[in-house]
Amino acid sequence: MPKDSGIGTSPKRREDIRFLTGNGKYTDDINLTGQSHAVFARSDVAHGKINHIDISAAETMPGVLAIFTGEDFADVGGNPAGWLINSRDGEPMKEPKRPVLAHGKVRHVGDAYAAVIAETVLQAQDAVEAIKADITELPAIVDMEAALAGGGFVHDEIETNQCFDWGWIEDNREATDAAIKAAPHVTTLSLVNNRLVPNAMESRASTADYDRGTGDYTLYTTSQNPHLTRLLVCAFVLGIPENKLRVVSPDVGGGFGSKIYHYGEEALVLTAAKKLCRPVKWTASRSESFLTDAHGRDHVTKIELACEKDGTFIAFRTDTMANVGAYLSNFSTVTPTFLHGTLMAGNYTVPNVYVNVKAVFTNTAPVDAYRGAGRPEATYSLERVIDKCARELALDPIELRRKNFIKPDQFPYASAAGLEYDAGNYDALFDKLEEIVDFGGFKARRAESEKGGKLRGLGINSYIEACGIAPSNLVGILGARVGLYDAATVRINATGNISVMVGAHSHGQGHATVFPQVVSEMLGVEENSIEIVHGDTSKIPFGMGSYGSRSLAVCGSAVVRATEKIINKATKIAAHMLEASESDIDFKDGKFSVSGTDKSVAFGEVAFKAYVPHDYPHDELEPGLEETAFYDPANFTYPSGAYACEVEVDPETGKVTVESFTAVDDFGNVINPMIVTGQVHGGIGQGIGQALLENCTYDENGQLLSASYMDYAMPRASDLPFYTVDHSCVTPCTHNPLGVKGCGEAGAIGSPPTIVNAVVDALHSGGHTHVTHIDMPVSPARVWSAINS
Amino acid sequence: MLNITTKINGKSVSGTVEGRTLLVEFLRNDLHLTGTHVGCDTSQCGACTIHVNGIAVKSCSMFAVEADGASIDTIEGQENTDGSLNKIQQAFQDHHGLQCGFCTPGMVMAAADLLQNTPTPTEAEIRNHLDGNICRCTGYHNIVKAIMAASGQDVSAIAAE
Repeated sequence: MPKDSGIGTSPKRREDIRFLTGNGKYTDDINLTGQSHAVFARSDVAHGKINHIDISAAETMPGVLAIFTGEDFADVGGNPAGWLINSRDGEPMKEPKRPVLAHGKVRHVGDAYAAVIAETVLQAQDAVEAIKADITELPAIVDMEAALAGGGFVHDEIETNQCFDWGWIEDNREATDAAIKAAPHVTTLSLVNNRLVPNAMESRASTADYDRGTGDYTLYTTSQNPHLTRLLVCAFVLGIPENKLRVVSPDVGGGFGSKIYHYGEEALVLTAAKKLCRPVKWTASRSESFLTDAHGRDHVTKIELACEKDGTFIAFRTDTMANVGAYLSNFSTVTPTFLHGTLMAGNYTVPNVYVNVKAVFTNTAPVDAYRGAGRPEATYSLERVIDKCARELALDPIELRRKNFIKPDQFPYASAAGLEYDAGNYDALFDKLEEIVDFGGFKARRAESEKGGKLRGLGINSYIEACGIAPSNLVGILGARVGLYDAATVRINATGNISVMVGAHSHGQGHATVFPQVVSEMLGVEENSIEIVHGDTSKIPFGMGSYGSRSLAVCGSAVVRATEKIINKATKIAAHMLEASESDIDFKDGKFSVSGTDKSVAFGEVAFKAYVPHDYPHDELEPGLEETAFYDPANFTYPSGAYACEVEVDPETGKVTVESFTAVDDFGNVINPMIVTGQVHGGIGQGIGQALLENCTYDENGQLLSASYMDYAMPRASDLPFYTVDHSCVTPCTHNPLGVKGCGEAGAIGSPPTIVNAVVDALHSGGHTHVTHIDMPVSPARVWSAINS
Repeated sequence: MLNITTKINGKSVSGTVEGRTLLVEFLRNDLHLTGTHVGCDTSQCGACTIHVNGIAVKSCSMFAVEADGASIDTIEGQENTDGSLNKIQQAFQDHHGLQCGFCTPGMVMAAADLLQNTPTPTEAEIRNHLDGNICRCTGYHNIVKAIMAASGQDVSAIAAE
């Protein structure tokens, strides 16, 4: 009989009710008594020397309470990089200070150099207009190659625009070079992984409060990881004792990476709240979000694939320039390195892999992890060059991939890029894809499209990614400056209902529904009796938050471990109540029973006993029933997938239409199929957006040309099709208790190369065989130009 | 400052606003109806969609004073009289048509506007109607499906869980 609750079922999301009725509580919805408002003065040039900032007129404007400039923060710490990367020669990366407000120089359009606090937003805006900034514009450093050539520096004190020159694995370099030199066939591809703006629909917002009586601060902020924000603010920037700052991250309207990071606005409102002894609120306009949220991707890459004439892979070599923007955002250094280079062996038994990444400072907004973070870049490079190789060797693209796949009996598999894949079955994913997609009927569909004057293309793709970041001891060796465990507290209340405090943060992922499914399954209690608490450092244990598809794999595992501790203790209490030996107690379906007898107590009775311990083994057990577990994973998890899509290209206009899209993913065990499917849908939507529509563009002066929804092409409903999604191919993760891998980023990783492979296929079918590649976004103009070049 | 009187979700409401106050600011800041969201500053995202005199309007594109005398409906007034979700809201929950929830009020209001005029819309009509409402989470699949379901159409053949 199918289950109707617990693991593997799809209960409706309980959080939906408040969102559907307008009762969500996002940061900007919170208004504190006596609050004032912050508005920032931001640079309108990409690069400039600050000579003087005259605030005298602004200070006298109506409603103005305080004005801050960079000088006010000259003596506090900078916003740090969370990961140290060493260059190939062993030199540590360059880490110029990222100040709360620009001091000395402005380094990108939108760089804040002053902030006004006033009674109302409009008064603060008016006063910002009255600030007179004497800034000498300097030549903007925008193009990465030009930046590396020198001539001017984003940060004068480091006298280079190169943050690091990283090799992975450096010891593989010579062997990879030699293998490519000796190879019978080498396919080479130069490509751009286009710069994107994450564009969570809720823009960033932060409201700070300061209690003069206790010296306690409270920060309401749009964060994917409130404890990490607290740590960064306290330990690195403002020096506030951690136990004096409470960070609350309430309902958050999407993150996609951009809300992992600590931003200067948070430090500003905290400082201002203390100075004024009043709450200070700031909410970004969409324009500010475009200018100052950490952007994503922005790689320029040359990849070479060496193989035998029969297509057996010999080596992959990648040279990448990665834009980090004007300052190092918290995870901007790990994204193009360990989250990218370690995936460059893909799903394949290739023996030689070498990756070189040069990270480059430019006068643009910081670039950091965006949905997928490094793995979309790796997958795109690999799967595009493999598709090109298949075409050059006249091999079927699926067969070429299958020929080189790691086979199921080879797991655990040590990849040539340094990871140990624990489980996977890549052939099974393609078997399922072939079962779902009617490849046999493609010819007929192509003929039908051609009748209408359109070219039809079929694109396929496979991917592997690394989620659930990750073992603290390993990431520590690799340069991480934080641990990457997570934590959960399971509190059984006296009346038997349950509160679960988690370090993970939900900003759309449905934790309030999914985590109770896990606990309910383990304890045999109703899901509805379990409440999830998250997003408040004063209520939850120290966890690392949600990004990198880690919530279930890492924090879910902590929930399991804490619940196991609950069962252990409850078993002891039950043994006492039943006057039996602990080893004779069975726990099933929410009931403790003495094996071989009809004696039992319900879970709720045990909970009550723990809190009303009149008759209780005080010499053996503490009262109460509450347990905390920290979980540090043994390895990354490795989701994988096989994707296919069909596109139609109008050769007259160059417009590409996605006709069908099928995603077959192996996420390991699935707790809530409905939510997993929704996550894949969203990832595909963003991936198609990258492939066809989105492009964050700066001009040569460093002006952001795509700074609004009028100019940045967000995918709309009419741009996207219905998707077919399958996750029935399951190889459970071998090292976490749920056997789960993570599903949040897969769609965004797997879909861009699928689309571009399909477009190239369509053009070839129309005789445009000179087109071997088109950079994303594959816009009508680019397709038309490629056809007519 | 200007005095305005409107009917909001069936109740008469008066307020005093500056000439430059946007309708969405009046709703959110003065009336604390924070279910109507602001997702952009160019009237593109649709998160602030409400109904003014029965027609879907982006409330960032109207001054509050322009709403003087109007009848306004917001997401806070969409539930059935017994407090249960209305059929559109219920379909969004049934078909997982929301994730972070930020665009959701605007989507629900836009969908209501569509179904009022086109009781049984096609997939293409729904997608076209939602062109002024941006969602970053769902890839729109389940939103379109939910609106089709809310209009009474059989959506069982549309792929998903």
